[in-house]
Amino acid sequence: MTSHSQADSRQPDQNAKNITRKKGSRQSLGETAWTVVAGLCLLTALVPLFLVIAYVLVQGFSRLDVAAFTRLPPPPLSANEGGFANALAGTLIMVAIGALISVPFGVLAAIYLAEFSSGQIPRWIRFATNVLSGVPSILMGVFIYGLLVLPFFGFSAIAGGAALAVLMLPIIVRTTDESLQIVPQSVRWASLGMGASKFQTVLRVVLPAALPAIATGLTLAVARAAGETAPLIFTALFAQYWTDDLLSPIASLSVLVYNFAAVPYENQRELAWAASLILVLIVLLTSILSRWATRKQVY
Amino acid sequence: MNSSHTAESNAQDQKSKEPVFRTEDLNIYYGDFLAVRGVSMEIQPRKITAFIGPSGCGKSTLLRCFNRLNDLIPSFHLKGKAYYHDQDLFADDVDPVAVRRRIGMVFQQPNPFPKSIYNNIAYGARVTGMQIDDMDELVEKSLRQAALWDEVKDKLGANGLSLSGGQQQRLCIARAISTTPDVILMDEPCSSLDPISTLKVEDLLQELTNDYTIVIVTHNMQQATRVADETAFFNAEASDDGKRYGFLVEYGPTERIFSQPQEESTQRYVSGRFG
Ligand SMILES: Nc1ncnc2c1ncn2[C@@H]1O[C@H](COP(=O)(O)OP(=O)(O)OP(=O)(O)O)[C@@H](O)[C@H]1O
Ligand SMILES: [Mg+2]
Repeated sequence: MTSHSQADSRQPDQNAKNITRKKGSRQSLGETAWTVVAGLCLLTALVPLFLVIAYVLVQGFSRLDVAAFTRLPPPPLSANEGGFANALAGTLIMVAIGALISVPFGVLAAIYLAEFSSGQIPRWIRFATNVLSGVPSILMGVFIYGLLVLPFFGFSAIAGGAALAVLMLPIIVRTTDESLQIVPQSVRWASLGMGASKFQTVLRVVLPAALPAIATGLTLAVARAAGETAPLIFTALFAQYWTDDLLSPIASLSVLVYNFAAVPYENQRELAWAASLILVLIVLLTSILSRWATRKQVY
Repeated sequence: MNSSHTAESNAQDQKSKEPVFRTEDLNIYYGDFLAVRGVSMEIQPRKITAFIGPSGCGKSTLLRCFNRLNDLIPSFHLKGKAYYHDQDLFADDVDPVAVRRRIGMVFQQPNPFPKSIYNNIAYGARVTGMQIDDMDELVEKSLRQAALWDEVKDKLGANGLSLSGGQQQRLCIARAISTTPDVILMDEPCSSLDPISTLKVEDLLQELTNDYTIVIVTHNMQQATRVADETAFFNAEASDDGKRYGFLVEYGPTERIFSQPQEESTQRYVSGRFG
């Protein structure tokens, strides 16, 4: 560098040493500080999650025996430890009913939204779906209570499943809609350019490409529904015994936890913890499933 | 398709001089924006026609009109006429899907399906309901023609997206010729290819002109002189209100366009002194 370079700071600096890391400079100090702050925030966010899981594990694990999965809920103060067999079955049945109703409608609605609609309609439907997914779940229960329980079915697995379906529907529509939109437009053009119809394009190219992402959304919706209590209190109620009738009240894990967690009877409280642990495990399992589906994603 | 070709060859001979595409004062709009103005041209059968011109002058836009692919752009509309043989391409009773089955396209950006290489090729035959006795043979033939077979013959099950950019582009070319369309529209098919594959693709184009009509957009002047029988030069110009629209400057036999262009701007463009 020549002597006048000091004044002219815009001259390219040809000193190769300048690309090495400088310790203690203002920039590197700031960077370290931000990293530390962000790390602390992350820890704070994780603490509740770990505490919940650890607490449920500690409290629930001792009662997680064969009896828990095979016996019926115990009456208060009885020597009989009991189990949540009918509640587990009830949860599975109602989630299945909910999925059976919401998956076809939700996926098809999303396909319409993402692939076939035009103009202002999709904007309004998306808006409505977002509102629906923000509605407190207890309202879903009240809604089905007024729509199905009172006039038709009474407290029943069907009504409970329907309430869960209403809950799952907006989640499914939104995640499926987003999954379809991720598929690049150029692939649709390629298919249409080959002389495929719109229908063939969606069915043979877009849907297969979006399937992993859609599957992720579906498992998340199922996980969400499995843990819901409020919609079931108004629709499925609870049952102490096995029910083989979809039109009579039916037990569920979440309502069992709700009923048993705050009672003064030790045997019921313990069972509530074990049921909570099962609910956490169901969510964990579905999350792992959805991670696995995500890995197959192409876009 | 080949059998019907011989059966109709007499009729075709009579029509062989008839242009494949004819446009009359075609104005193409995206919303209010006039992208291409007043194009009147004829595309000759079983010839290679090159579209050249600076970026943004509407070559892709015009090309996409020929197979009704612009229909997919909501803001697109046009004035004027475009004919495929003597059928008005934009008449109400024309089925765009049927149009696209006869007029294949290779896009500016490679866009293979997220499927196996094999299924990328087989797709066209399947969706168009072609009667194929031996799908393996069709796949091999198409890939060979596109100069890709040797590179992928051991991994036909691999995802098309796992190929390199140039390989993807050749896969798209193979896909386009697999359904033996009447016309193949190619939007810069060699832009991501190395010189050797480019020459292979050009050989393929020459071979295809025995049966097909080809329209190719290219930014490569040498390519145009090497493969094109006819060349159309497009340019963009600012109109009175300051918006740029593209238009056809000059159109004729490639030799004439490159050696004795009538227009000053053509002369400048083909000799690389553009700007
Ligand atoms: N989908 C679209 N919507 C709106 N305007 C568009 C669209 N596609 C292209 N245009 C406009 O139309 C004009 C012509 O674009 P086009 O892609 O046809 O140019 P081109 O000649 O193919 O350029 P290039 O050589 O860069 O590919 C450009 O001004 C572009 O901005
Ligand atoms: Mg272009």
